[in-house]
Amino acid sequence: MHLFPYLAAFLLAQHIQKNIKTTELYPKWRSILLFANWGVIVFYLVVASRSDNWFSDITGSLVLWGYVTYINRESDFRPFWPFANTHYPLILASGIYAVAEFFSDGSPKLNMYYQFMILGAFMWIFGRGAAFKKQQKQVQIVTEKNSELETLVALRTAELTRQKNELQQTVQELKATQAQLIQQEKLASLGELTAGIAHEIQNPLNFVNNFSEVSAELIDELEEELNKGDKEEAIAIAEDIKQNLEKIRHHGKRADGIVKGMLQHSRASTGQKEPTDINVVADEYLRLAYHGLRAKDKMFNAELIANLDGNLPKINIVPQDIGRVLLNLFTNAFYATHQKRKTAGADYKPTVALTTATTDNEVVITVKDNGTGIPEEVRDKIMQPFFTTKPTGEGTGLGLSLSYDIVVKGHGGTINVESEEGEYTQFTISLPR
Amino acid sequence: MKILVVDDEADVQPLFQQRFRKEIRNGEISFDFALSGEQALVYLQEKHSEVVLILSDINMPGMSGLELLSHIRHDYNMPPPPVVMMITAYGDEDSYQQAIQKGADDFLTKPLDFNLLKDKLKTLIA
Repeated sequence: MHLFPYLAAFLLAQHIQKNIKTTELYPKWRSILLFANWGVIVFYLVVASRSDNWFSDITGSLVLWGYVTYINRESDFRPFWPFANTHYPLILASGIYAVAEFFSDGSPKLNMYYQFMILGAFMWIFGRGAAFKKQQKQVQIVTEKNSELETLVALRTAELTRQKNELQQTVQELKATQAQLIQQEKLASLGELTAGIAHEIQNPLNFVNNFSEVSAELIDELEEELNKGDKEEAIAIAEDIKQNLEKIRHHGKRADGIVKGMLQHSRASTGQKEPTDINVVADEYLRLAYHGLRAKDKMFNAELIANLDGNLPKINIVPQDIGRVLLNLFTNAFYATHQKRKTAGADYKPTVALTTATTDNEVVITVKDNGTGIPEEVRDKIMQPFFTTKPTGEGTGLGLSLSYDIVVKGHGGTINVESEEGEYTQFTISLPR
Repeated sequence: MKILVVDDEADVQPLFQQRFRKEIRNGEISFDFALSGEQALVYLQEKHSEVVLILSDINMPGMSGLELLSHIRHDYNMPPPPVVMMITAYGDEDSYQQAIQKGADDFLTKPLDFNLLKDKLKTLIA
């Protein structure tokens, strides 16, 4: 019976050795485990088997206790602690058996009880060991499943992160494209303006040239009259020259204003609101839009009607932004009349009317044309970005969408459209005073 | 000789008056002005028989110079028909062809060369 504690110690060392063989702990413990394995066998064969029964049992109990205690002190063996602890009953049983043997008179009945006890303690180790093994297997399966899931989660996360980055990149690209499109729309409208601007500048420049030329002539005539002694005529000529200089200044300023307006239009909006006379801005852009279209199509003509409210108060707006809105509406209006003219009879008189008015808390600008009108089914869409009825390449589809942003979001105003297909279109912009 | 100048720019009026100062004083030429094609037609209803020469801008809001030209050739072509010269800032071939085809006698481009115009007038008077 005294073999059991030794056998248990041997098996315990064997068990640990087998289980850490595949881990990085093995090199560290290899020799100690080897010694623990064979040491216990040698000790049993050399010492225990030749000693008294009680001595053999007490040393067996102590050896096994030593093994278990050693294992319980090493954190490297933590996974084996529960298994090592199952050896305590055997340690205790061997101890008790040894004490009993020491004092007993060798009663075989009592001896048998003790032997059953030892056998039971030994079996207990195996029972628990098997249970642990099963448990471990389950834990291992769960761990494997876990790591499998973790790999899957990592994979999915990586995929999602990649998609998120891709989307972010796309959003960024779209933003850049949008900015580019807005700039292009600006340039396109500037292109439409160029011809109008050229015409509008050419006219005042002609006057500057003509009036300075004629003034030089008048001075010659003035000299003549003075030599003749016709003082009255000389004074009249001098008066004319004075008027001419005034006209030169006036037309010089006119050209100056147009160039400034053009620069303002092409410049990025400062977003700075300043008190502005809507009448001046609206009239300027009406003319520019008209001449722009004229320059493109010599046959184009339209009657411009401007009903400007002389008492319009100055309101706080971003002039170049509202200028763009008006330019857009005028260009659209002229386009609509131009389209209608292609199919309408000779009696059709293209007309674009600009009206400004003021209410208690708003300044109202209306642009009305008697062109093709807007079909009802697209009326809801005209403010959407990229919506255009023009042939590909002719319109960006951003004009009204930008206008909407400028009026509603930028100025807290409203923009409304009324139209009857084939008859007229009227845009009404209200800006808070 | 009475000349009607049609241009939507009001400042052409002192310009013509000063350029032809001597001629006006001598009574050789007198000018009348209209600011639009419509105004010119109203004027012509009364005075078409007096006007010898009509100088008209093509590019005007409302009735264009070319439309005015058609009206003139249609309504006032009893002999002697008035001489009509078209003026435009766009000196392109297309406008020129149209003006001539509609019955213009001459075609001038802006900025006006007044010396050239004077020469043309001299041959008209002569």
